[in-house]
Amino acid sequence: MNHYPLWKNLLILAVILAGLLLALPNLFSQDPSIEITAERGNQINDASVAEIRAAFENAGVPVKDVESLEGDHLLARFRSSGEQLAGLEVMQNTLADRYRSALTLSPDLPGWLKAIGAQPMFLGLDLRGGIHVLIDVDMEAALAQAVERYTGDIRTELRKAKIRYVTVLREGDKVEVRFRDEATRDQAAKRIHREFPNLTVETSEREGEFYVTGSLPPAQREEVKRFALQQNITTLRNRVNALGVAEPIIQRQGERRIVVQLPGAQDPGRLKELLGATATLEYRLVDTEHSVQDALDGRVPVGAALYKKRDGQPILLKRRVIVTGDQITDASAGFDQQSGSPAVFVSLDGPGARRMRNVTTENVSKPMAVVFIENRSVTRMVDGKPVKTRERTEEVISVANILEPFGRRFQTTGLDSSEEAHTLALLLRAGALAAPIEIVEERTVGPSLGQDNIDQGFESVLIGLAAVVAFMALYYRLFGLVADLVLVVNLVLIVAVLSVLQATLTLPGIAGIVLTVGMAVDANVLIFERIREEIRNGSSPQASIHAGYDKALSTIVDANVTTLIAAVVLFSFGTGPIKGFAVTLFIGILTSMFTAILGSRALINLIYGGRRVKTLAI
Amino acid sequence: MAHAQLTKELNIDFISKRKIAAMGSGALMVVFLLSILVRGFNFGLDFTGGTVIEVGYQQPAELAGVTQALADEGFNDAVVQYFGSRQDVLIRLAPRDEDVASAELSDQVLRILTQQAGEDVELRRVEFVGPQVGEELREQGGLAVLFSLIGILIYVALRFEWRFAAGAVVAIIHDVVFTIGLFSIFAIPFDLTVLAAVLAVIGYSLNDTIVIFDRIRENFRKMRKGTVIEIANRSINQTLSRTIVTSGTTLLVLLALYFLGGAAISGFSIALIIGVVVGTYSTIFIATAMAIWLGISRTDLLPAVKEGELLDDRP
Repeated sequence: MNHYPLWKNLLILAVILAGLLLALPNLFSQDPSIEITAERGNQINDASVAEIRAAFENAGVPVKDVESLEGDHLLARFRSSGEQLAGLEVMQNTLADRYRSALTLSPDLPGWLKAIGAQPMFLGLDLRGGIHVLIDVDMEAALAQAVERYTGDIRTELRKAKIRYVTVLREGDKVEVRFRDEATRDQAAKRIHREFPNLTVETSEREGEFYVTGSLPPAQREEVKRFALQQNITTLRNRVNALGVAEPIIQRQGERRIVVQLPGAQDPGRLKELLGATATLEYRLVDTEHSVQDALDGRVPVGAALYKKRDGQPILLKRRVIVTGDQITDASAGFDQQSGSPAVFVSLDGPGARRMRNVTTENVSKPMAVVFIENRSVTRMVDGKPVKTRERTEEVISVANILEPFGRRFQTTGLDSSEEAHTLALLLRAGALAAPIEIVEERTVGPSLGQDNIDQGFESVLIGLAAVVAFMALYYRLFGLVADLVLVVNLVLIVAVLSVLQATLTLPGIAGIVLTVGMAVDANVLIFERIREEIRNGSSPQASIHAGYDKALSTIVDANVTTLIAAVVLFSFGTGPIKGFAVTLFIGILTSMFTAILGSRALINLIYGGRRVKTLAI
Repeated sequence: MAHAQLTKELNIDFISKRKIAAMGSGALMVVFLLSILVRGFNFGLDFTGGTVIEVGYQQPAELAGVTQALADEGFNDAVVQYFGSRQDVLIRLAPRDEDVASAELSDQVLRILTQQAGEDVELRRVEFVGPQVGEELREQGGLAVLFSLIGILIYVALRFEWRFAAGAVVAIIHDVVFTIGLFSIFAIPFDLTVLAAVLAVIGYSLNDTIVIFDRIRENFRKMRKGTVIEIANRSINQTLSRTIVTSGTTLLVLLALYFLGGAAISGFSIALIIGVVVGTYSTIFIATAMAIWLGISRTDLLPAVKEGELLDDRP
């Protein structure tokens, strides 16, 4: 009686050992580090490691290690955060044109732990410090913009078809065209219906005047919204990447919100400026008739303007714009079917496509350039007072020859690599914010507060644990010690599961762990009280142990399932830190059932099982 | 005494006190509900919207000076208070009308404070919540409580039967009203973490209730004699020492959390401390009494016997 088969004991032992192993990375200190990725058109290879090492050495910055990681990036470790900052300065001063650097913390794990992929817990912003921003995308504005675009297009279309209208106006979320007579109206309605199949076209008559109204059907409206959100996310991701923060999180939340999280970032002002920037794209022909040198000397020809390429080379472009960024409806990266070289596929809206076709037909085999234009507001201190200025940067991101006339969808080749094609597609898609944004929630936690939160949380877990351990040992003696042991194992398992899942640990999450410590002993209390009852009722020690575990089981399961329900609801409704609480509560309940029922039984069986026992130390 | 034990073969007549308990609880519930309706809550930033800025000074800061400096720059409504220590200052600003500026408030405030202090003021935390988001969080919070109640009701109704489920839910509502009622009366800041604690209270209170219900069910099946009240009393007494021990250990860790966990989660700890105490009381006096009042009987809880088994048992 009260004997577990060997396989069961081994299984429990295996789980505990695995838990210990996976929880281990949390014990190692974190190195201040710099994460290094290649800039556009560059690559990380063995030479980069040597090059970066040399750069640090030349500047006299002691570096602990430079290692290459998966996914084409490098990690430079330092012994102190002072040396880390000096290292960042070196990177920015000497290698900024080819490598992008971001500050981060990296655990100093021995190689064998790294090899099995063990990682420490992922700390939330309230513990590691950083910026959390919730952004609301103005969907009404996105829809209004879409209707506004149709308004202009319809006007152009009617003029081209020589159909006489009185006015073409945007009325709320509809385009309204007014005519003097019914025949013209009907002719226009037919035309609009044919040219703009996405619109719902209706005709009406009021006070002797005839109207055509075009509106976006629900499916189309959803499409506009989805596109606006997606495009804004892509745009924001690009901008955030430029900030140099490791592991940024940019995620959609709900129908119209975007969450941006920057661990370790400390300058919310800069982030807000960057997020609010607007940018656009323009396609222009390259002016090949005039000399760039003349223009550089100050003789810029009429109808042309001097631009700079990304590598700083000057280039002369025609002033006339072929297509602007808001006429791009989509862009994606791929390969040219004939040559197999990397390409970017761009889709234009109707009017943009027509213009592009006309211009390219006349200019086959001539080069065309894509100009990236960015406006951002920057706050500078002038005479001790903050002054807001708008900064405009224009940059030629791509020049390629026109091989044949372009249609609605075309490709741009002549790119260095498929990576550059991806970047360009991203830029094209992300060129401008599709809809205005507003920051509706911001939470910034300084690094010192984060560390305080970790320390305080750790302390309360320790003290709470110590109090419970002491009480259980006094009250249930040997059985209490068993409960204490499995409680500690339970903590290790919670940490291990959190580390494996890389679920975010927040301050309320730590509170959840503390609460679990208090509640986890409940299962053992239930069992031990049952055993005491059985002894009082005159059962033998062995039978009491057996009956105690047996009878308490269904109660324990029932009681824990209800708490699980509460945890699941918390998880689905909660945001940020609250989710963290739900996660630790959920994991804690599951691991505590394992340790309190199976773990404690295995120990009790090893102590008492299979021999004559007169009394139990309970 | 061979070993420490809080209760031996106790036989306290809890159920006979159920009327007194119900009246006492009822009266307090009315007070709490009135307070919630009339006084409302001291909602934290999460629910009202606005800006909270926590700054760290190198020297202990004078609140009057900080308030004055902020008022001089047009922040008349700034609520300034210490947070944890005299070097740690928390500034609360109500939501602004002009949405555009609100996200940048924190930068302005930090500049004002740095000028006033004449030393570097460390920005420890900024939380800005737009009014619309606050409203949504309030709504979601209410929904979360509602859905967890429904989920639990269904589970208990399936595992036991509806009278127990009703008893459990009444006890839960009792615990929730007590917890948030005390927050309302003492104007303790009510934020998202407190809401999470309230949901944890629901889970905890139920945990307690289920243990007793389980025992009642077991005793109904085991004890052929005895009235419903006798059996309920016996079940409560049998589980009493477990109830006290578990509440005790949970309270131990919550006290550790309250005293050591820092100001950011003190509301969370308070809510759970109240909830655990009230939840233990309600399990004994409210949940069981309610189930009895609704008329649980032995036949309701006997295991559903399948017809096939009956046939097999025939000699």
